[in-house]
Amino acid sequence: MRRRRGGLAALVPGLWLALFFAFPFLLVAKLSLSHTALAMPPYAPQLDLAAGWPGLVETVRGFDLATYRRLIDDPLYLKAFASSLGLAGAATGLLLLIGYPIAYGVTRFRPATRRLLILAIALPFWTSSLIRIYAWIAILKPAGLLNKALGLLGLPALNILNTNAAVLLGLVYAYLPFMVLPLYAVLDRQDAALLEAAQDLGASPRQVFWRVTFPLSLPGAAAGALLCFIPMVGEFVIPDLLGGSGTLMLGRTIWTEFFANRDWPTASAVALVMLAALLIPILLVQRHARVAP
Amino acid sequence: MDARVDRPVSRAAAAPLVRFEGVAKRFAGLPAVDGVTLDIREGEFFALLGPSGCGKSTLMRMLAGLETPDAGRILLDGRDIAGDPPHARPVHMMFQSYALFPHLSVAQNIAFGLKSQRLPRPAIAARVEEMLALVRLEGLGKRRPEQLSGGQRQRVALARALAPRPRVLLLDEPLSALDRKLREATQFELLALQKRLGLTFIIVTHDQDEAMVVADRLAVMREGQIVQVGRPAEVYEAPQSRYVADFLGAVNLFEARLEGADADDARFVGPDGRFVVAGAGEARSDAPAWLAVRPEKLTLHAADPGGSGNRLSGRLLETGYLGDRTTYVVELPSGRTLRAVRANAGQGAASPAIGATVWLSFAPAAAVVLTR
Repeated sequence: MRRRRGGLAALVPGLWLALFFAFPFLLVAKLSLSHTALAMPPYAPQLDLAAGWPGLVETVRGFDLATYRRLIDDPLYLKAFASSLGLAGAATGLLLLIGYPIAYGVTRFRPATRRLLILAIALPFWTSSLIRIYAWIAILKPAGLLNKALGLLGLPALNILNTNAAVLLGLVYAYLPFMVLPLYAVLDRQDAALLEAAQDLGASPRQVFWRVTFPLSLPGAAAGALLCFIPMVGEFVIPDLLGGSGTLMLGRTIWTEFFANRDWPTASAVALVMLAALLIPILLVQRHARVAP
Repeated sequence: MDARVDRPVSRAAAAPLVRFEGVAKRFAGLPAVDGVTLDIREGEFFALLGPSGCGKSTLMRMLAGLETPDAGRILLDGRDIAGDPPHARPVHMMFQSYALFPHLSVAQNIAFGLKSQRLPRPAIAARVEEMLALVRLEGLGKRRPEQLSGGQRQRVALARALAPRPRVLLLDEPLSALDRKLREATQFELLALQKRLGLTFIIVTHDQDEAMVVADRLAVMREGQIVQVGRPAEVYEAPQSRYVADFLGAVNLFEARLEGADADDARFVGPDGRFVVAGAGEARSDAPAWLAVRPEKLTLHAADPGGSGNRLSGRLLETGYLGDRTTYVVELPSGRTLRAVRANAGQGAASPAIGATVWLSFAPAAAVVLTR
């Protein structure tokens, strides 16, 4: 009885994963093993389902790893890869440094105030992200708000629009709630008795934080870091709008290959390599979570 | 039993270890602790006993520094500790939930307070081993709290609070999470441990049996105030109010008015009959009084015992067989019910049938006269 119910309940996520993850994943994998062709769609071999089994065999015979070899041979892709991981990593680090004090600060308020503050942090994100990123262009452009303010203060102008610095800024701004909310969730749920016990056992307020609060909040920090890092690696809009010609990020590379170069196999291969690389931190965090819940 | 009570008393004559002086605390305008004055002696196992919400935990938390009194003073070793933050007080608490740090091993939990004292590493390790042995958890130092049973966690919490050698150990409902058998065994262990260490323990509990077993002295609290302080036997045998009589053990109360008294006996009369009691206490003939008789001091008879002693008759309503003893509920003609307990020591004490008319008697010295 119990088994049966478990089986039925597993059907829904199973179906979802099959439809929206496994099937598209296989499509992309198949694409990445194809090569470009001047055709519509622009790749070969094409799977002809009408040809039945022989058609499938024919298609598989046509697969090769040439695209992947090119990813290794052409330093452009490696650079885009390193630059994406670097920017996302730096942004994650900054998000932790900024998000932690915010999340911790919020928990110091009374519950009613806390809910208000969390709402205030999430509120700007109810507007379109595109508009908010465009707003950053208005702030960062040479005659923008930032430089006007710097001018008023008698400081030299800062031209960072279309540089990696602007991309970093945009990433940190756009992903801040995704860092603050999981951190806030663990900090808010922290057992007050543990903090009292630490005080009672002679820990000063600073020691209570570093010896109890902080280590117990690490799962939240890990969740926030993953939640931000993974989409940031593949981020397209922010590097496209705020970055310059020198900004190499995977999201942009995939877009360029797909739409500008009409090289679907390469776009697919880059996407798959990115996915594989991102699985590593997820698996690491999950393993750690199993050892120390 | 008396040896352990008398030892600290002589030392306490000079100055108590802990003194509460008119301590009060309000939460959201409501008094939680309402003018408590109390001395606790060095080396004493002291129990704060009362129902939930009576302020006993708040009183203890103020001693630990986790709450700040609105009024009054708390003295430790004769010094006002109002200005000391909780982490600077040599008072450690064992929390009801144990509050073990889930990210630390058993040994690291026990070492927590020692690290706060910045002891050298070898000294910490030695003390942790000593504590593990004290609570019989040798070899479990590397475990995580969630890998332990409830009883083991309770012992880790105890070891953690004892490790930094507190002047006073506070125990907040320390055994409430254990099942009955383990709780009873642990009560005796706690008692033995406290006597061995010679430390001052203050336990907060709502469980009267627990307080009676472990405490040298206990304070019964009600609505933020202390209503009676004394040795468990004193408080049980000579409660000063109906509240205490009823809270500490079971009791039968007879409303009665003082009719007259001579050198030995006082005569009372009330709706349930006439009674002779050894001494009138504070009763006056113009004010209501109550006679409190413990169930074990009511003797049950299947037939009228006769004589001129205190006796009541009624209908046996129910019997509860508890193995070592049997409880009888007897309904008086007035409709009031009384409770009597008989120890099942020998054979032949067959219980009367339910519904039968039975008699209850008690000796003049068995009743306590209460005026509050």
